[in-house]
Amino acid sequence: MGALNRLTMAEAIDGLARKEFTAVELTEAHIKATEALRPFNAYITETPEVALAMAKASDERRAKGGAGPMEGIPIAVKDLFCTKDVQTTAASHILGGFKPPYESTVTSNLWRDGAVMLGKVNLDEFAMGSANITSHHGDVVSPWSPGEPGNWSRRIVPGGSSGGSAATVAARAALGATGTDTGGSIRQPAGFTGIVGVKPTYGRCSRWGIVAFASSLDQAGPMARTVKDTAIMLRSMCGFDPKDSTSVDMPVPDFAAALTGDIRGLRVGIPKEYRVDGMPAEIEALWQKGVEWLKAAGAVPVDISLPHTKYALPAYYIVAPAEASSNLARYDGVRFGLRVEGGNLKELYENTRGAGFGKEVRRRILIGTYVLSAGYYDAYYLQAQKVRTRIKWDFDQAFQLCDVILTPTAPSTAFGIGEKMDDPIQMYLNDVFTVPVNLAGLPGMSVPAGVGADGLPLGLQLIGRPFDEETMLKVGAVLEQAAGFKTEPPFVA
Amino acid sequence: MSLDKATVARIAHLARIKVPEEELDHLAGELSQILSFVEQLNEVDTGNVPPMTSVAAQKLRRRKDEVTDGGIQDAVLKNGPETAEGFYVVPKVVE
Repeated sequence: MGALNRLTMAEAIDGLARKEFTAVELTEAHIKATEALRPFNAYITETPEVALAMAKASDERRAKGGAGPMEGIPIAVKDLFCTKDVQTTAASHILGGFKPPYESTVTSNLWRDGAVMLGKVNLDEFAMGSANITSHHGDVVSPWSPGEPGNWSRRIVPGGSSGGSAATVAARAALGATGTDTGGSIRQPAGFTGIVGVKPTYGRCSRWGIVAFASSLDQAGPMARTVKDTAIMLRSMCGFDPKDSTSVDMPVPDFAAALTGDIRGLRVGIPKEYRVDGMPAEIEALWQKGVEWLKAAGAVPVDISLPHTKYALPAYYIVAPAEASSNLARYDGVRFGLRVEGGNLKELYENTRGAGFGKEVRRRILIGTYVLSAGYYDAYYLQAQKVRTRIKWDFDQAFQLCDVILTPTAPSTAFGIGEKMDDPIQMYLNDVFTVPVNLAGLPGMSVPAGVGADGLPLGLQLIGRPFDEETMLKVGAVLEQAAGFKTEPPFVA
Repeated sequence: MSLDKATVARIAHLARIKVPEEELDHLAGELSQILSFVEQLNEVDTGNVPPMTSVAAQKLRRRKDEVTDGGIQDAVLKNGPETAEGFYVVPKVVE
């Protein structure tokens, strides 16, 4: 038997069931891997004691015959999910010292099903970013960076905002990790690090207890090394929650059971608008390969049009900051987190928020405040919400012609820390293929499909019909099998 | 659309974020750049298009108006930077 942290989640579940090893042994292997990963700054808070106690309890449950679907599986939690009595920072200075007195619904569901928490992983501040370089707790370095840990010749970004989740899973230091995706924050880092990331349909996962960024766009989802592993984890994360008014009261399917490998006759939409100017030829070629792979498996490629694609990013950069400016109004130095005193209450607010928010978050709050302010609301916010309707209509029409849509995940491979930083718009363009999915509330996923000329991973994105994650995942598993992506990053714990 | 320094200062005040005077110019440039980027939305014909209010076609659920939680004053106040006698403490607001 090899190192336990090299197993997939599905293999680990089998091994635990066959009593080849215990949850404590599996967890100890991952705690060791987490320590080896430290130079990459993937964690904000490691919780080895919590992990071992949960693993021990898991072994006891199993001994009594009560094993849940993720029994004994160590995972990392994005530090945007509130975890009871464990510091939750959203990677922001303004939440410094915050220990939630409650547990988010998604993490509660995971613990209910037997999962074990290794700790809280790094992210972009308030999940705002595409490179994990806006965290108050420092940049996350991708395990794909060349050179020795801590002495890299180039520090590659893991993508963002779920960069710590992606780095941890790619480095084999966790069997899976939770992510959240507002404009691509699960799929883009999954693509950049050669792992699988799934954003389910809006409403599938409860948002209760997840630090809010843009409430009409935020969705939690799993990140793991195989499609099957994400399917297993997604099932545990989903479910109706009366505490989230947008949570959908629908049965949760056994997503892993949908991975039959049979995609014969399924129609795969290829949107012509996703051929953007300046996209590297290798991404175009990989996309074409993806079409061929699915065709070889019996699927039928169909040309489709999503005419408003180019307006998705500008609409997103009104809607998301507007919702963020409202959501982040709660950080006032009075009830939790940082407080910077002032001569009166207004100064206390201004000083606290001036010191507590980083530059990217401040920029977005200011944009949001502006587009919602008197005299500008109709011109910006209302127009953006109308464009959003048109984007949704585009998808509705496309899904009359096809069952799933195939696109690249991102218009480039991962870049180096310090590159692309002078111009916020350049950074935003990373999410050009992922943002439309959030605006329309659809499920999307990234599957590792190849390696670029620079040796870094490339992902392909699948987009499904609302609440039809099963078809999307089934096609994803076929794509994964055909691509046969086996390349490991230079650093593996 | 281009924002000047005074407008940025006004927005920052509305957002209750203290922005140092020397950062206003740079910030005005960045925000103007973002606003010019989003202005392409005006090209889209949205004449008879309703604004999106919800991605999922579902009505907001209702529940009975009854107390389902509470009695957790200590937990609520636990993270407060300054509390006293069951309250959050702020600088004096009434003269």
